[in-house]
Order: sequence, then structure tokens, then C-alpha cells
Amino acid sequence: MKKIIVYSLKDLLRSNWIYFYSIFFLLITSALAWMSQDPLKVVVSLLNIILILVPLVSLLFGLVYIYNMREFTELLLAQPLPRMQVFGGQFAGLVIALALSCLSGITIPFLLLRLQHPVEWSQVGMLGGVGLLLTLIFSAMAFFLGLRFENRIKGFAAGFMIWLFFAVIYDGIFLWLLAIFQNYPLEKFTLAMSWMNPIDLARTLLLLQLDISSLLGYTGAVFQHFLGHFWGWVLSSALLILWVALPWWGVRRLASRKDF
Amino acid sequence: MIQLNQLYKTYGKLKVLRAIDLELSKPGVTAILGPNGSGKSTLIKLILGLVIPSQGTITVQGQKVRESYSYRNSISYLPQIARFPENLKVKELLQVIEEIRGKSALRDHFIQYFGVESYLENRLGHLSGGTRQKINLVLTFMYDTPIRILDEPTAGLDPIALVALRNLIEAERKAEKLILLTTHIIPLVESIADDLIFLLDGTVHFHGAPAELKQSTKHSGLEEAIANMMLNAKKDYNGRMSLSLHPAPNS
Repeated sequence: MKKIIVYSLKDLLRSNWIYFYSIFFLLITSALAWMSQDPLKVVVSLLNIILILVPLVSLLFGLVYIYNMREFTELLLAQPLPRMQVFGGQFAGLVIALALSCLSGITIPFLLLRLQHPVEWSQVGMLGGVGLLLTLIFSAMAFFLGLRFENRIKGFAAGFMIWLFFAVIYDGIFLWLLAIFQNYPLEKFTLAMSWMNPIDLARTLLLLQLDISSLLGYTGAVFQHFLGHFWGWVLSSALLILWVALPWWGVRRLASRKDF
Repeated sequence: MIQLNQLYKTYGKLKVLRAIDLELSKPGVTAILGPNGSGKSTLIKLILGLVIPSQGTITVQGQKVRESYSYRNSISYLPQIARFPENLKVKELLQVIEEIRGKSALRDHFIQYFGVESYLENRLGHLSGGTRQKINLVLTFMYDTPIRILDEPTAGLDPIALVALRNLIEAERKAEKLILLTTHIIPLVESIADDLIFLLDGTVHFHGAPAELKQSTKHSGLEEAIANMMLNAKKDYNGRMSLSLHPAPNS
């Protein structure tokens, strides 16, 4: 599998899009840091950008990658290699390239800029961790869609709908339900609903760690109230890892029976 | 070398291959022919394990295709479409395959043979279709495997490369290899094929030597013999192919 990872990385790290992605984060982080001078505020602002952008880029870039590699994947599958080594290697290459580009854009400004407040590296590290988990989850979804839909247009449409659902529509439905049933106890319902959206989970995970109660929102407050700080953190991390495993399980199932 | 037993492949309601029984045990050039959509590529991909059979078994060099992947060590495959990672250099692509299959002793020989030595440092995304097909041929021939599977090998090649490929296939045949090939170019088949498999509507309609086919259809040219066979097989074959053995009205 290492061979496949190395070739995917060599190919991807020469792609202009990977550089654009990195430069975008580099500029945003530098601008935010320069304006606020407070690393905590930068981390919170970056979180909101990461929560929207990382899933979108991972899905769309992942789909472009899979569809562009279609014929070469066929050639690799005709070599003496097990199928999952080919897909596992390509997936790892994609995730490493996207994560490297995002993480370098986030961390380099903190290393270079001298801010008024000292940088808490555990907070930046957690932000990077959230970025990595979201990259893993949505790249795995992109692989699933790329294998599921031969037709590129259907694949991209499905990817965009998934992003729109988790980033925008889900919260709308959630809020609407909370408003309708506001006379009932909704804590457990809220808890369950937040588990079903990886973007919400990622937000809760980081805000619990940063310990900013005012930004936790209803979901985060319920998390903290029911599970406490530590267990809330452990559970949201575990659920996010489950969110990586779920689409990857789908990829494995599809890859083993798909015709190329 | 290759056995196919009662092989079926369906995609939803579409039956692509039906009850295929084939034994390819003798070395030589076997050409798989048939109209578009007759299942040629599917048949090749089934042998490579790229397509999974709906029913039936395939054995290559004594190993069942569904149970192992190591049998692919004895096959080199030339895919129909030569598209590679755009940002990799030609040299790096060759390295990827070498890392998977082991060092190739014939690599440099075939780089020279197909005249691509000046492209080694170029990115694959910058190459023309014909050059990519030559790289594709180098990747296929740089391993000395007993089985070669070539899916439309002549696509995009210039006349010089075409002659080089024909000579190469000829030499491979003398080296007692099994070469499985699909093509639409009948003169190529006529000059190099020892064995013909004609697929029609997902079944093996004819399997034998070109001479046998010519004899049975009483035509001296292979192209005409094949067309005649198709017309006889399906009198109502209208629509999918507009074939006529009669001379055109103005000729």
C-alpha cells in the first residue's frame, strides 16, 4: 500500500489546487491573527471556516481525484495487488495531501507572526485535529460516491447535496424541530441529533476543549450538562471516528463487488 | 492457460455474456472480435478480475480468479484508454509499476523500441494521445509474462509504431506466449491471428482458426467472411450494423 500512497502523494502535491487550498488558509489565518492579535479568537473564527470549507473541498476535490484516476485505477487493479490496497493507498494519499495543505495554512502564521497574546498550541492542535477528522470523513464520502456513481454529474450532485445537507439544511431542520417542540424536554433528542451530523460534532468537540461556554450553543451545553467536560470530549471524538468508519465501510463493500 | 466455464455476466437486465465456455491453452495470437457492445472488453476484464462474473468460474494458470490476485503476475494488460496521473513524469509512472511488479529487465529496451526515451522527464498530462499509447505499450511489454492481454492496442498509433507493434506481436508469438487481443482492424487480425473468437450478443458464435472461418463461409477474405457470418447469424440484424456484401449501386 505504501507504494500507492507515495505515487498518489507525488501526483497530488504537484496539483495547483492543493497549493490554492493551502494559500487560502495561510492568508485567512494571517489576516485574522493580524486583526485580533488573540490566538483564541483566531482559532474560533478559523473553526467556523474549517467547518464549512473542509467538508466541501474534501468532497469535491476527492470526487475530481477519483474520476480523473478512473482509467489508471483500472490499470492498477489489473496488477498483482489486492483491490483494497489500491483504494486504501489512494485514499491515504488524498487525505495526507489535503490535510497537509490545510494544516500548513493554519499553523505557519502562528509560527511566524508575533502576537500580543501567547499561542496555546493545544488549541491550534485541536483545531488541526478537527480539520483532519473532517477531511477523513468527507474524503471517505467522496470515495464512496465516486465508486457508487459512474456518471460524474450524478456523483458531483450527490457530493454537493451531502455538503449542503450537513452544513446548512440539517441545522435548519434541527432548529425548526426545537422550535416546534419547545414545550417538551428535548435534551436527549438534541444529543441524538448532534450525533448524526459530523460537522456539529466537530464544532462541539473543539468548543468543549476551548471551554468557551458562550459559544457552545444549545447542543454543546447539553453535551456538557449530560456528560461533563471530559466524557463529552471523549464521546464526540469517538463518534467522529465512527463517522470516518461508516463511509469507509461503504467503500470497502462497494470496492469488493464493483465492476471496472 | 485460461479456462472459462459457464460464464455469465449481467448488468441489471442486460445480459452481456451468456454461457461462455472457452479454453485457451495453446500459445499464439487469439483475436477476440465482435460488433460494438458484444462483450469483448467485458470478457477481457473478467479474466483480469476487474469485472466480477454473475455466474461461472475463470481459471488462469491453475488459479481461480476470484480467489487470488497473484495470478496477475503472469498477465500483462494493455488497457484500451491510456490515461495516467497527469502530474507524474513518465519516468515516475514506470517506477510505480516497477515497485508493484518488481524491477524490469526489459524496460530500457522497450523505451528505445517505441522511441519514447526523450519523454521520460515529461509530465504525462503534457503528452499526446499517441505518445501515451506508446508509454502504455512499454508498461505492458516490459514484463516477460506468459500471457498478454491487449485491448485495442493500435489506437492512436502512427504507421511506424504500428509496424513496430506488429513485429513485436510476431516475435512474442514465436516466443510461445498467449496473446489475447481485441481490435477492429481486420487486416491486422488476418496477418497475425492464429485463433479467432467471435462474440455476438454475448455468446461465442465462432471459435477456431481464420482458415476454418473462411472455408465455412466460402469467402477468401477474412473481412468478408466475418461480415457473412454476422449476416447469416442474424438475418434480422438491422439497425445495429448496416452491413452489405453487395456492391454499392454506383460502383
